Formats: sequence, C-alpha cells, structure tokens
Amino acid sequence: MSIMRNSRIKSPWIVHFDCNSCNGCDIETLACLTPMYDVERFGIINVGNPKHADILLVTGSANYRNARVLRNIYNQMPEPKAVVAIGVCACTGGIFRECYNVLGGIDQVIPVDVYVPGCSPKPEAIIDGVVLALEVLGKKEHPVATETEHEEVEHTQYA
Amino acid sequence: MQPFLQQLCIILAVVLVAPLIGGLLNGVDRILTARLQGRYGPPLLQPFYDVIKLIGKERITVNSTQMLYVITSLFFAVLSLVMFALRQDLLMIVFVLAFSHIALIIGAMSVRSPYSKIGAQREIIQMMAYEPVIVLMVVGIYLITGSFMIDSVYAHPSQLALRLPLVFLAFLYVLTIKLRKSPFDLSTSHHGHQELIKGLTTEFSGLQLAVIELTHWYELVLLLGMITLFFAQPVVVYGIPIWIGGLVALGAFVFEIIIDNICARTSLAWMLKMTWLAGLGAAVTNIIWLYLATGR
Repeated sequence: MSIMRNSRIKSPWIVHFDCNSCNGCDIETLACLTPMYDVERFGIINVGNPKHADILLVTGSANYRNARVLRNIYNQMPEPKAVVAIGVCACTGGIFRECYNVLGGIDQVIPVDVYVPGCSPKPEAIIDGVVLALEVLGKKEHPVATETEHEEVEHTQYA
Repeated sequence: MQPFLQQLCIILAVVLVAPLIGGLLNGVDRILTARLQGRYGPPLLQPFYDVIKLIGKERITVNSTQMLYVITSLFFAVLSLVMFALRQDLLMIVFVLAFSHIALIIGAMSVRSPYSKIGAQREIIQMMAYEPVIVLMVVGIYLITGSFMIDSVYAHPSQLALRLPLVFLAFLYVLTIKLRKSPFDLSTSHHGHQELIKGLTTEFSGLQLAVIELTHWYELVLLLGMITLFFAQPVVVYGIPIWIGGLVALGAFVFEIIIDNICARTSLAWMLKMTWLAGLGAAVTNIIWLYLATGR
C-alpha cells in the first residue's frame, strides 16, 4: 500500500494540547502556521479535533489533573497516530519535575514517539520533530481491517 | 451510438471524472488561499492525499447509523450531478441536492456531541436561507425557457444571464453559503478553529470524513455547472466559438475564494436577514421585471 503510505506522510493533521505549559512552547507551535514557516506546504493542518488528527502535539508537563484529559484526547484519535512532546516540560517535566503535583513528562501518561527538547524549542525544531513523527506514522501498520466501536473513555482519577 | 449506451457513458464519466475535477479545484482553492495569506501553500494534489489518508484511518464509529447517512448524502449528491449531466429536470435536481444536505444534517444530529448538533442546526438555517433563492432561480429559468428541463436551456437561443442578471447575482451570493465559505462558514469551516471545532463534521472521522469530502467535490462541480447554465450558448470571437459558461464558472470560483479570504464571519441572524432581503429581493425583482417586460 505505497499510495496509502505516501498519502499518510503527506497529509498529517495536527491537534495541539497544552498540558501545563507556560505558553512559551504554544506560541512557538502556533508560529509554525504563520507565513514565516507555513507548515501547510507539507499538508499539515491544525485541526483542533482529535477525531480528525494524526499527530498529537503536547506542550507542558503532565500532572494529576490533566493526565485524564490527555489520555482522553489520545484515545479519541484514530490509528495510526503519533505523539510529539514539545519542550523540556513535556519531555521530562522540566523545572516542574520535582513539584508535588507533577507526574513528569507526558510519557508517564501516553506513549510518545518524538521528543523535541528546548525551552522553548524553535519553530524549526518543532517542524523537525513533526517530520520525524511522519516517519513513525509511515512505518505504522495501517489498520483498515479493524472496525472498532469507539471505546468508552475511562474517567478514573489518576493515582 | 444508441441513446441508452450514450447515457450510460455520460453517467460513468460523471461519476468518475467529477471527483477528480472537484478535488483539483479544491487544491487550487487551498493554494490560492495560501498565496492570498502570503504563504506558499500545499501541493495541488493535497485534497487527494487527505482523502486517501482518511480512507486508511482506523474506523471509529460513534453509532452504527452514522455511516448510512453519510453514504446517503453522497448518493444524492452524485444522483443530482448525474441528472444534471443527463439534462434532466432542474427543479428535481435542486430537491435531490437538498436531500443530500438533509442526510448529512441527520447524520450530524444522530450523535450526542453538542458541537455536531449546533453545527447541524446552523446548517438547517443556512438551507432555509438559500433554498428559496435557488428555487426562484429555477422559476426564473422556467419563465424564460418555458420548461424545467435543462435541455431547453441549451436549446434557448440567447444567454439566460442577459435576462436574469439579478437572479445570477443572487445565485453567486447563495453559492458562498452553499460552499460554506467565509463569511458564511457557520456550520463547518475549512479550518477547525471555530467555536464549534468542526461543527457539522466534528463527530465524523476516517472513512466517513473522506466520503463527506467526496460529497463536497461532487457538489462543487454541480454548483459550478449550474453557473454555466446562465451562459449556455457559446460566444463566437473571430470565428472561434468560446463556451464562456465554463470560464464564468471558474471566475466565480476564484471570486468565492477571494471573498472567503477577505471576509470575517457574520452572525447567523445577519446571514438569514441579508439572504432573504438581498438574495430573495434581487431574484423577485428580476422575476417581476420579466413578467412586466415579456407580458408572460
């Protein structure tokens, strides 16, 4: 299925979730959409709807409150999907790592494919991370055969 | 060729070629939009990549009937385009196309997401706004040609636009609503950053979204085809007959893209008022003028 693989790489739709970020990484992420960087030339659209998205961009560290929301968004995305952790907070927890309420990086909650370090990473680095995620997407099995009913998202309190 | 075989060929050609044209036009739309915003924009074939990708996504269904509505919507859109290509009854085509929209609305209503439901309700109000104008367009064409059949439009010796200028303008106005372009992208917008996320299409994903996109392509071709009806006769320039209908339709499409990029969204109430005042007003004025001028 090379056409399918090709199309998947050329049409990554993105949903961006701000976990606990100081908005530094968010601003840099949205800067990618501006005429300066124009990620739409790679077919990237910021869809804002997890059900339409292929790549989840997460900024900020995971804590006890947002872990549930993050997992909910991740579960709503249809396969194949990739997750990019943007900024050092999303990668490891950053300077908030030792806080009593912080779990650490978002990989404590959902599987992460690409880590983009930096505080905050430049838009070039973010685009680089998304392109790396595209390679991950291209390698994933395409799950056409599986017809799954939408799983009930668990609302259990984390920890 | 026998008429039946000929018709079969037309049907096959429409079903296969229309989505290609619609997809390419969508690609042009996205590039032009990007250029108007000072960006480079995606490749021309981007809409095709998107749809193929969507077909390959995991099939998440919110409920078991969702897919049925989406396919019904596609079926009626294709049917109306086929009827158009076979030069059938224009009034019936308008009604069949309305069925296509209604199927999508019911599909969006069948889920429990408030975003989807509000999007569907807005789509209903949009239909309320534009349907009377489109029906009046058909009435205007009937008054001139004496028949609802598209055949008679082509048989008519002069351009319809010369006698239906205001109806043509009203149709252009309504086209913005039908294509869900700004300022009337109330039920769902191309970019998902509106207050309703994606409105009407929020709860459709994967294959369903691909089918909806395909429906839009067929519909786009049909609507541009309706524009060509106003300029059905070729114009002879230096002995070369030029079919200006196609050119006008392409011009209207570019015009819609520019309008899309220079307008901010209006409110629902403003859209309804303006469409009924300006759109219906223009169409009715034109039809009254036809009565007075021709004595029909």
